[in-house]
Amino acid sequence: MKYSYYPGCTLKTKAKDLDMYARLSAKELGFELEEIENWQCCGGVYPLGADEIGSKLSSVRALNYAKEKGQDLVTLCSACHHVIKRVNDDIKNVEDIRNRANNYMKLEEPYAGETEVLHFLEVLRDRVGFDNLKKAVKKPLTGRKIAAYYGCLLLRPSKVLAFDNPENPTIIEDFIKAIGATPVVYPYRNECCGGYISLKDGEKAQNMCEKIMESASGFGAEMLITACPLCLYNLNKCGKLPVVYFTELLAEALGIKED
Amino acid sequence: MQRIGVFVCHCGSNIAATVDVKKVVEMVKTEPGVIHAEDYQYMCSEAGQAKIIEAVKEHKLNGLVVCSCSPRMHEATFRKCAERAGINPYMVEIANIREHCSWIHKDMDEATEKAVILARAAIAKVNLNAPLQAGESGVVKRALVIGGGIAGIQTALDIADAGFPVDIVEKEPSIGGRMSQLDKTFPTLDCSACILTPKMVEAAAHPNITIHTYSEVENVSGFVGNFTVEIRKKARSIDMDKCTGCGLCQEKCPMKKTPSEFNRGLGNRSAIYTPFAQAIPNVPVIDRNACLKFKTGKCGICSTVCAAGAIDYTQVDTMVTEKYGAIVVATGFDMIKLDKYDEYAYSQSKDVITSLELERVMNAAGPTKGHLERLSDGKAPKEIVFIQCVGSRCADGRGKGYCSKICCMYTAKHAMLIRDKYPDVNVTVFYIDVRTPGKNFDEFYRRAVENYGVNYVKGQVGKVIPQPDGKLLVQGVDLIDNKQILKEADMVVLAAAIEPNPDVRKIATMLTASIDNDNFLTEAHAKLRPVESPTAGIFLSGVCQGPKDIPETVAQAGAAAVKAIGLLAKDKLMTNPCTAKSDELLCNGCSKCANVCPYGAISYEVKEINDHGIRETRRVAQVNNALCQGCGACTVACPSGAMDLQGFSNRQIIAEVDAICR
Repeated sequence: MKYSYYPGCTLKTKAKDLDMYARLSAKELGFELEEIENWQCCGGVYPLGADEIGSKLSSVRALNYAKEKGQDLVTLCSACHHVIKRVNDDIKNVEDIRNRANNYMKLEEPYAGETEVLHFLEVLRDRVGFDNLKKAVKKPLTGRKIAAYYGCLLLRPSKVLAFDNPENPTIIEDFIKAIGATPVVYPYRNECCGGYISLKDGEKAQNMCEKIMESASGFGAEMLITACPLCLYNLNKCGKLPVVYFTELLAEALGIKED
Repeated sequence: MQRIGVFVCHCGSNIAATVDVKKVVEMVKTEPGVIHAEDYQYMCSEAGQAKIIEAVKEHKLNGLVVCSCSPRMHEATFRKCAERAGINPYMVEIANIREHCSWIHKDMDEATEKAVILARAAIAKVNLNAPLQAGESGVVKRALVIGGGIAGIQTALDIADAGFPVDIVEKEPSIGGRMSQLDKTFPTLDCSACILTPKMVEAAAHPNITIHTYSEVENVSGFVGNFTVEIRKKARSIDMDKCTGCGLCQEKCPMKKTPSEFNRGLGNRSAIYTPFAQAIPNVPVIDRNACLKFKTGKCGICSTVCAAGAIDYTQVDTMVTEKYGAIVVATGFDMIKLDKYDEYAYSQSKDVITSLELERVMNAAGPTKGHLERLSDGKAPKEIVFIQCVGSRCADGRGKGYCSKICCMYTAKHAMLIRDKYPDVNVTVFYIDVRTPGKNFDEFYRRAVENYGVNYVKGQVGKVIPQPDGKLLVQGVDLIDNKQILKEADMVVLAAAIEPNPDVRKIATMLTASIDNDNFLTEAHAKLRPVESPTAGIFLSGVCQGPKDIPETVAQAGAAAVKAIGLLAKDKLMTNPCTAKSDELLCNGCSKCANVCPYGAISYEVKEINDHGIRETRRVAQVNNALCQGCGACTVACPSGAMDLQGFSNRQIIAEVDAICR
């Protein structure tokens, strides 16, 4: 099985681990991530302005690339996933945005939201299956108490992202179980880390991350995993528990992590 | 050719402000068959009707078209008027130029044009109308009440007291409904069981009332005055005549780990059980999914200990078929499921409970014997937070759009009772609005605030956060202080929205009673016929029609009973003559009509037909006018055009369409 793969800027710089371990694990699990040629930055933030078209076009280009290849589009970074999924929803459902985007794109066949956008975790859950993942695990992380940190971008708006129950998600906990570790459920796992506010008001982001960390450690977690480079950055700044990308633990459990 | 009079009503300014009624009169005067046309300010008034009668006499009219409001409002009025004028009442047609025209249009020219078109259609139809005679049908002097909560019990008692036999069908093992689960009632704080139990006993002892518990309505046929209902009496596994209600079987039953429905799953019951101590009848049932005897074949302890020999594992469901003149629906409500409200941590913490669960916790017969305690660790709470409108007044589609109406009052009740019994417990209530209209209701709420020191906070809660130490952090907003609140609590109580019992959809379908988007049964008229369904002979009692508290439910139950008594007191009912009729010359006996008839009104007969001198014997359809409801399904299904609806014949409908398209 081959998927079109959109890594995004951060995965080429700060979050190389998130990218590298995903590719290695994919190969091990029998699917391939084909990086989209000439992909461009997604913009990092979904543009809320109703007349904003320019910053949606890079998503449309990636989506159309996957469509032409006849593949589903896989993402890893929460922010990229959020932006691309919401732009795809706009193109599918908002006639004005669809028309204007296609006017810019001048494609042979207009893009109308045909591509399916999947987060890597969704590929694991819905395509590979957590049962099969469990069977593929060579070094189960038995006894490790791991807390999932979802953040906001994967879950909301829930009608568009359709990722999991936004108030009580379970996909990462199920993933943690599949790789043999024990998930720690704590109430702050879907609360915001502060996001970009750390640039303007570091203290505020710090407060939010501390609440998350305290809650997770209070419920007995030894470490946090996430899919979002920005969450990881903010959480790491507040120290306390180690935070890693979920793909790193996946590679470790599959026995392909280089020490 | 008919001699038709057209009467255009102004309805004050309701019609005349948007439709040029004078112009309508002028335009219809030249229509075929129209002898006379006039307008008047209020056609339905005595003076208006006198004008119609006068015109009939003066112009020798034999058909009438009244251009006015919906036929649901005044068709009956004008039919009676026609009768007084000496015309067959079915020679009257209503052109609805109010609801279908003036009320929904703004432009006078367009509205007038449409009014003329609607009048033309009605005129075209009257030209083909034929006088019809209403028949008569009898009334079975027995009522059925579906649901044995306070609504059903009160309705049954009132009908029974008037001298008519009533059957109550209740799906649970006991009557009593939601009210039996409540601890205290507002605004008087009297014990719910103390006022309900006497009613239950009275119903059980009443010579005119038969109670079928653990039973469900399975099929309904017939029509007003003459319903036939099949009731499934589920196998109780107990001989009701032998059982003495001693309770030994429940004591000895080894399977005691089934969550008790009556205690909302907060406590357990045995596999053989009565839901609660005051159950009526005081005869247990065996839950066959939980019983060891039914699961493995081993056990049988209840049978061994039963001195009366009442246990019968071989019982099967039995069907009872009974005839009724009237049916009252009193199916009640339940609380919504909270799976879409995970931010309140209901599924994650045992100390987040619903208000109905709190009723059980506070009840002396409940899972904690009436002690207020946390269900996680049994500790006494010091801080309790109530959250109102959980799933009510919801705009995002997760919950219900309506106000559940009872929550403000019962939350004030809960808060007050807790503060009274446990003065050291702090109580905070988060609310959107406090809605307490009703006799002594607002005084009750103010007592909670002013005398009992309940802390009311205007604002909603965004998240309930379980803490590692077992406490709950409530994150909300105080809209008056305009600040975020983080409050530590030991217990959180959710005032979850109420919704009609999910079974009501099935029952409404059987009764052909209409239902709204929220599954509440629709009343025949929101203001003027609030306890009747649009389906004749079906009456509504209690929350199945809309959210209401106990006093309102009891009042409506009485009203529904009076309507049912009014029907049962009649010896004969006029039947609708607009029934289907088959033309034997055209019918080829194919059975298509009988297959689509929802009322079983069509049968077949083999008879000799004289078809223009050719005599032959063949199979033809026969319509039973007593059963036919005039739905018209058969007229559409009939391939040879033999089936026609009297008063709404195919020719009449086509004539109307032609008139509109002209």
